Amino acid sequence: MSFLENLVTQFPDKIKILPHARGEHVLEVERHILPTVCAYLKNEHHPRFNFLMDLAGVDYSAFGAPTQVAAYTGANDPVSKPTAQDFSLNTHRERFAVVYNLFAWPEKLRLRLQVPVPELNPETPTVSHLWSGANWFEREVWDMFGIRFKGHPDLRRILLYDEFKGHPLRKDYPITRRHPLVDNQKAEAPFQAQNHHAAPFRIKIPEPGKQTQNMLLNIGPSHPAMHGVIHVFTELDGEKIQKADIGIGYLHRAFEKDAENVTWTQVFPYTDRLNYVSPLLNNVGYAMAVEKVMGLQTTERCQYIRVLMSEISRITDHLTCIAASTMEVGAMTAFLYFVKVRDMFYELIEEITGARLTVSYVRIGGVKADLTPEFPAHLQKVLVELRIAMKEMHALVTRNRIFVDRMKGLGVTDKETAIDYGFTGPFLRSTGIDYDVRKAEPYLVYDQLDFDIPYGQYGDNYDRYLVRMEEMEQSVRLIEQCMQKLQKMPGAPLNVDYEGKEIPASKMADLGKYGYTKGLLQIHALTDPTLSGGNAWLHDNIFPTDAKGVVLPAKEKTYGSIEGLMNHFMLIMEGYGIQPPPGDAYHAVEGANGELGFYVISDGKGQPYRVRVRPPCFALMSGFHKVIEGDMIADLIATFGTVNMIAGELDR
Amino acid sequence: MAIRNLLGGDNFITSRLDDVIGWARKYSIFVYPFVTACCGMEYMSVAGPQYDLDRFGAALPRFTPRQADLLFVVGTISQKMAPILRRIYDQMCEPKWVIAFGVCTCTGGFYNNYATVQGIDTIIPVDVYIPGCPPRPETVLQGLMLLQEKIQKQKQEY
Repeated sequence: MSFLENLVTQFPDKIKILPHARGEHVLEVERHILPTVCAYLKNEHHPRFNFLMDLAGVDYSAFGAPTQVAAYTGANDPVSKPTAQDFSLNTHRERFAVVYNLFAWPEKLRLRLQVPVPELNPETPTVSHLWSGANWFEREVWDMFGIRFKGHPDLRRILLYDEFKGHPLRKDYPITRRHPLVDNQKAEAPFQAQNHHAAPFRIKIPEPGKQTQNMLLNIGPSHPAMHGVIHVFTELDGEKIQKADIGIGYLHRAFEKDAENVTWTQVFPYTDRLNYVSPLLNNVGYAMAVEKVMGLQTTERCQYIRVLMSEISRITDHLTCIAASTMEVGAMTAFLYFVKVRDMFYELIEEITGARLTVSYVRIGGVKADLTPEFPAHLQKVLVELRIAMKEMHALVTRNRIFVDRMKGLGVTDKETAIDYGFTGPFLRSTGIDYDVRKAEPYLVYDQLDFDIPYGQYGDNYDRYLVRMEEMEQSVRLIEQCMQKLQKMPGAPLNVDYEGKEIPASKMADLGKYGYTKGLLQIHALTDPTLSGGNAWLHDNIFPTDAKGVVLPAKEKTYGSIEGLMNHFMLIMEGYGIQPPPGDAYHAVEGANGELGFYVISDGKGQPYRVRVRPPCFALMSGFHKVIEGDMIADLIATFGTVNMIAGELDR
Repeated sequence: MAIRNLLGGDNFITSRLDDVIGWARKYSIFVYPFVTACCGMEYMSVAGPQYDLDRFGAALPRFTPRQADLLFVVGTISQKMAPILRRIYDQMCEPKWVIAFGVCTCTGGFYNNYATVQGIDTIIPVDVYIPGCPPRPETVLQGLMLLQEKIQKQKQEY
């Protein structure tokens, strides 16, 4: 008897198991007993679901509705519209649903609760008393969907501003409906208005006539030491932070709304800009979530390349974080050393992907291009540079008195708080919990590679710094193992034309465009495997050959045969293209800041029905006030640096 | 010595006052980096050792708008952020210039949605637009040189 069936017997008639095509554990829970179920799951159930990883809303009102362009199914017969009964989504057919992704550590068990919420009275009980991290997640659902949470201590907008009317992630909200910009004076309201705590912030101003009063201080949204836009509102007693509140949403770019309005492939550029310090990790996370919905398996070579690029991305992220956070405490030299190496990594990434930063490298079912022949040599050089820079960094700051004094014992978080708020990644590991998605639920080929998970002890700034430094070492280990494996696999050949001369791939593609395709495929001429062209043989190494409805054909096939051309055309045309079967999936990868989860819902169309990101920063910042309360105001800057908040991911 | 020849043997040169002030101003730009988003990563690279903004006399970031001449708007400006940008621009002393760094600040980029301002020129005047998502450091340097040219040629107020 599975634990799901046990649960159903525990709460008969109130919850039911929803079958899931990809083997995820999903339960539908009636909203009235949700707090009881959650309390049971968190405190009494074995294993205890101590993490609330994600909480998201879904608006099902347009589910399965016909789009303007008829969907392409490969035949001329009319498309059968998926109904909600087809799969495990929203069987009650209520308009809204709130989805809770729970995680049990250390048992590594995931459970998803789906709570239908009717349109007329969109209200559901809060779970913020069980998991503190739910506070912000619920505020976001209120902001985006207008679902109220009964009993929530502080239900107000989080990503948008108070003057905003409507709830943009509802399906009937047009994506471009803007509201007038707020009055300039309102931005300074927290300082001027006496009753400001009524609206934007919940800190009370002391009564007049008292002898002492705490000072209120705004830090941000535009502040030199704040990497990314964030508003920290502090109440100070002298220099000590008594209370803090965090205001976010200054970089809200409507990722989730945008994703619903483009095709599945077009979401990739948007994912680049979530955590823009490690875009490749976001690419991989999204692609794997979609592949999970489709039940698609990528090739082995592709998986190694993905791991390789992910780890390179992780290194650039940690380099940036450490560079910036050391700069904040005065180590400008350290910043310069690390940024120099980071630039080398950017050039390396550019060699493979064509872009330094916003790469859009991963595709559903594969990656955009194979490694270049020169790549291993270049990588070796850069890794040597990285090792030198890390050695210099250790020599400069790791035992530097000034640095250590600003880092040790500050921004301390204990394990319970970290779990309560859903912290993940280096932050969680610094407290001594070695949870890492790469080990806990190995995806891609992480289970075949040898690496360690560094973790700290005290949960302070210094531990976070050390964890990040060590993680870079481990990433280098992973990269080297991947390179060894990749070099044993079929590698990148040279381009040759009919006469055996080397030609650039772009020229070959041009030949194809002009119709000089005779013999192009027969002679097994190979184009450059990288950016400028396709390569049928190598293409098959990085894309599964049987997934015709997903993967763009190699360029030779597109230009050289009518089948290839049609295949390409159908995938590119709007309303055709990739159409995952109706269903949903949650897939998490280990982002640079923690668990980066993508919850994807498809209704069988060419556009995603819903793409929800579980941003690690969001959970981190929701508990940030706990981390800084009690510290000095100057330590806030040092602590903030080691949290590594990335606004693009935080506000989406 | 070439400079000797230029001076004509005597220790003076003749020029227009505007030119001299422009020359001085273009090489002593104090930047306020208004960094909000992805472009900030490339801004770090531009300021970093490899591309080195210092060569243009524009390395020292001033983090108070009252000390800055040049507002680098780096990254997407959301509707929520727009009033803050406007306030910071208003706080800067004349003469002041604005560079829109990245396509989001130029036009809104591919974020055509309810949350994003469609170009910062709807809020504040812009001198140089640097497109790109994000622009490469070389592009940024070119944009900066264009601004220097503009500063040199403009009518100086003093």
